[in-house]
Amino acid sequence: MRILSAFIVGLIFGVGIAISGMINPAKVLNFFDIAGTWDPSLIFVMGGALVTTFIGYRLVLRRDKPVIEEKFQLPTASAIDARLIGGSAVFGIGWGIAGFCPGAAIPALGSGKIEVAGFVVALLAGLWVARTIRDRQTGKGALA
Amino acid sequence: MTGVETEFTPLQSLAGGVLIGLSAVLLMFFQGKIMGATGILSGLIAGTAPGDKGWRAAMVAGMIAGPLLVLAVTGQMPVVDVPVSWPMILAGGFIVGIGVTFGSGCTSGHGVCGNARLSPRSMVATVTFMITCGITVYVIRHVVGG
Repeated sequence: MRILSAFIVGLIFGVGIAISGMINPAKVLNFFDIAGTWDPSLIFVMGGALVTTFIGYRLVLRRDKPVIEEKFQLPTASAIDARLIGGSAVFGIGWGIAGFCPGAAIPALGSGKIEVAGFVVALLAGLWVARTIRDRQTGKGALA
Repeated sequence: MTGVETEFTPLQSLAGGVLIGLSAVLLMFFQGKIMGATGILSGLIAGTAPGDKGWRAAMVAGMIAGPLLVLAVTGQMPVVDVPVSWPMILAGGFIVGIGVTFGSGCTSGHGVCGNARLSPRSMVATVTFMITCGITVYVIRHVVGG
């Protein structure tokens, strides 16, 4: 049940990334290139995803617990600190350089393009290095 | 380096966005978890409990199957055009991995799920990475690449 539901959730996400155009770095980079070949499509991706999640979460979180687990695991961190802002700033720089964010790159692997595989390997290396540094500094931290 | 035009696709993008949101809602419904690509990948490579890896791998497999399902239904693989050089692909990937770990999330975890929960952390994170991404694209395409 857990495996099957996770696969279906991933599949819906992957189809969404694919048809929205998020899967295409050329389109993503053009969203940010207001001064050049601007393509505002991604506003609609973000809008559709946000409104759906906003409404859906309100319905789901009325329940006592999720279907499979015993309780909802919502992030509890509330600090707006240098780590959050610095990390997010660095993420944006990498996103602007390559045109992929993690959630777009994974479905893009399905295209079979070697460039995507290269990005994902570099991404995993970055995740691993950063986790190693972070865990050495502070122990574990929750991921959003 | 200047960009190549891409077609404005408001309807497909809106429909895709709704599906992304639906997947986030369903993960909360079934497992009570935030749908964040950073967290899912990070949990796969980290030393989490063995029983915690199966669903993560299944979700990644589902994600990769997404464009293949689109191909099967429409007869066309979605366009994946990577308009940057290999050094930029690899540097970008590594930098993204560092950033999302310390920032505790990315476009899905903060940008969609966190903002939908009206989390101040996610709002600050989203504004921050959108701004630095925009500046980076501007510098690469219009300052360096002029």
